[in-house]
Amino acid sequence: MADVTMRIWRGDASGGDFENYTVAQNEGEVVLDVIHRIQATDAPDLACRWNCKAGKCGSCAAEINGKPRLMCMTRMDQLPEGPVTVTPMKTFPIIRDLVTDVSFNYAQAEKVPAFMPPPMPEGGYIMFQEDVERGQEFRKCIECFMCQDVCHVIRDHEANKMHYSGPRFFIRYAELEMHPLDQNDRRDLVREEMGLGYCNITKCCTEVCPEHIKITDNAIIPLKERVVDAHYDPVAWLGRKITRRTKKSSAEAAVQPAP
Amino acid sequence: MTTPYEHHDYDVLIIGAGGAGLRAAIEAKQRGLKVGIVTKSLLGKAHTVMAEGGMAAAMGNVYQEDNWMVHFRDTMRGGKYLNNNRMAELHAKESPDRVRELEQWGALFDRTKDGKILQRDFGGHRYARLAHVGDRTGLELIRTLQQKVVSMGTDVFMECKVLKLVHDADGRVAGCVAYWRPTGEFVTFSAKAVILATGGVGKSWKFTSNSWEGTGDGHAMALWAGAQLIDMECIQFHPTGMVWPLSVRGLLVTEGVRGDGGVLRNSEGKRFMFNYVADMFRAETAESEEEADKWYDDHTAGRRPPELLPRDEVARAINAEVKAGRGTPHGGVYLDIASRRSAEFIRRRLPSMYHQFMELAGVDITSESMEIGPTCHYIMGGVKVDADTAATSVPGLFAAGEVAGGMHGANRLGGNSLSDLVVFGRRAGMGAADYIEAGQAATSLDMGEVEEAIKEALAPFDRAEGENPYDIQRDLQEMMQLNVGIIRNATEVEFAMGELEKFTERVKNIKVKGGRAYNPGWNLATDLPSMISVSKCVAKGASLRKESRGGHTREDFPKADPEFAKFNFAHSTSGGNWDSEIVTVESPLLPMPDELKALLEEAN
Repeated sequence: MADVTMRIWRGDASGGDFENYTVAQNEGEVVLDVIHRIQATDAPDLACRWNCKAGKCGSCAAEINGKPRLMCMTRMDQLPEGPVTVTPMKTFPIIRDLVTDVSFNYAQAEKVPAFMPPPMPEGGYIMFQEDVERGQEFRKCIECFMCQDVCHVIRDHEANKMHYSGPRFFIRYAELEMHPLDQNDRRDLVREEMGLGYCNITKCCTEVCPEHIKITDNAIIPLKERVVDAHYDPVAWLGRKITRRTKKSSAEAAVQPAP
Repeated sequence: MTTPYEHHDYDVLIIGAGGAGLRAAIEAKQRGLKVGIVTKSLLGKAHTVMAEGGMAAAMGNVYQEDNWMVHFRDTMRGGKYLNNNRMAELHAKESPDRVRELEQWGALFDRTKDGKILQRDFGGHRYARLAHVGDRTGLELIRTLQQKVVSMGTDVFMECKVLKLVHDADGRVAGCVAYWRPTGEFVTFSAKAVILATGGVGKSWKFTSNSWEGTGDGHAMALWAGAQLIDMECIQFHPTGMVWPLSVRGLLVTEGVRGDGGVLRNSEGKRFMFNYVADMFRAETAESEEEADKWYDDHTAGRRPPELLPRDEVARAINAEVKAGRGTPHGGVYLDIASRRSAEFIRRRLPSMYHQFMELAGVDITSESMEIGPTCHYIMGGVKVDADTAATSVPGLFAAGEVAGGMHGANRLGGNSLSDLVVFGRRAGMGAADYIEAGQAATSLDMGEVEEAIKEALAPFDRAEGENPYDIQRDLQEMMQLNVGIIRNATEVEFAMGELEKFTERVKNIKVKGGRAYNPGWNLATDLPSMISVSKCVAKGASLRKESRGGHTREDFPKADPEFAKFNFAHSTSGGNWDSEIVTVESPLLPMPDELKALLEEAN
């Protein structure tokens, strides 16, 4: 197989530039294999984050030819001929080379009011497959944060990070909202503090999701509807009061200790 | 206390943020203690995330006949009786509660028709016993525990790599010294109790399902701190790893494929496992394909398919078929579910396997067979601990999960690992809390040990020239694969022991290029001492155990020897350094209470 030129961004918060590495290719390789070979030979200090190399941990997200991808799941033979450009995720601050500071996401995770089920009956909870499946789709998330990276609300407007939790956490809120057991009500919180309204459903997040989670259609849009219901529709509000289990308000939910 | 470095002070410090570490944190936190977790990766990326098939717990949701006694007996038989029987007992008794409590914290397992947690079949388990979520159970486990830990406000130090445990003046473990990967700056921790939950050692083999993290840091640190490692020769080669393309060789293919009906075939298309049923399992294993196939729908209609024998049996059989010239073009055998289950069933039950093969190998598992072969997967051996408290022999040091030894004996059953993590993670949290409450914990940190560890870590920068750590790692992996692999003999294992002495010298001559901030070459340089220390114990155990048992197969001693079933080989060092000599003794197995003995005899 022909050699390939890898254009890899190298640098840190103070600046950097592309460096070219020309390496041999082997059958069936993914981008991460080639990065590893460069590390093992020319550049042992080339920083990249990875763990499982099987598309299960979401550590090795980077932008390959400008598009967020998992390096471990991107086959070299499926990229267009010519040099391959690898850059770190743009939305997050650079640590070094391909490694970014993704602590924004962990800070958002800390803000999620805890799951709060009713006491567990003897022998465990009874839930039905059709009721758990909606949440299971969102729990496939491997936290690669590529949906966060591609979301223009924060990709292009750093200041929005102050009041926008992003698609990864919208699916988390949707998962909890749709969880058969959860009793917390986070809808006001999602509207007022997590910036759900900023999302204008361009579906960029759905397109990059390596787990093929329908982030926009199955999580964000239903969540928007439920939030709107909670806030603006008095009939729906009254109907819920009568028919649905009681959920705590988000203010109470935020301080609720986990069971 | 004051140190020249960034310093943190905890009641309980947990090293490792996989299932065991996170579960330990929850327990210690619930006891009102100040808890810190240190992980060398980001939170949620630990090896637990890769576990696929499920967690074993005798809940009896699918087969009412199941109970802890059957699970105990399966675990002991799977472990070829080398297990710590108290650990196997606690694990079998407590795992159902540990699974159910995950649902109190937000987990969503797959369901039975009547809304209970669904359980699937796996090798070595008499009944369908594995609670699961498709084939991504580990992700569900780690995410649930992670979210619980975060909701409790626990401090997590991410991308912070621990170099060495540190004692107090009285020899108790008092904390550790670490460095921040993003900056390369050092940090010290003092703690009244330290829990090791660092996972396994598989990265020292060439073909492995383990990520870069599996370098045996916790095993090695415990050894250096004065604890004992047992059963280190018992390494599980998972029967089904991918073999092609080469870049994914070793990547795990879940046992769930076989649990859900997949079978193994050689190049002649024959289901060869019928030829490899050991006497020990003959009575409960089907004799014909017809009988085996009835079993999937109704476990009373036929006996178990031989494809679902314990992993050590299946891995050896595959190895033998390939050696006999009946392998696939890339040196594996075929795993076929396409001809046996509908495409819809396969995609629903095994979604990540479907994607893994489609995207990485260009193979559609709903219409084609997979090519698979054994891959280094798990170490049964680990730090010797007290079953009830997870305490090691060093005061203040606890261990849980893969880094702890004894639970699985000579061979672990699939599904017993995720449940091990939560059962003994919890017990480690309890054990550490009890230890602290007893008031005997360390209060000072030996700064001499801290300075020495830091000096050693920085040495590779100071050398004018030296070796690339990646070259050493590659050579080590090839050497261990060739000489201390799935089938061993005296010549090769002794050769490996000699080679490991040479590797020790090579590691002392590493030169690291670049700076300290997020430098993977340097990080590898700090991993290599652990990898070498652990590999030495593995090779030494493999040389001394002159028999075949579970995850240790000697072609020169192909049979199990009852004399060797009476003890574990226990390794320790006197010097406390990574290059100190390793001393090995025979450590008698825990005597088995009569009521447990009766359970095993009943089964035979």
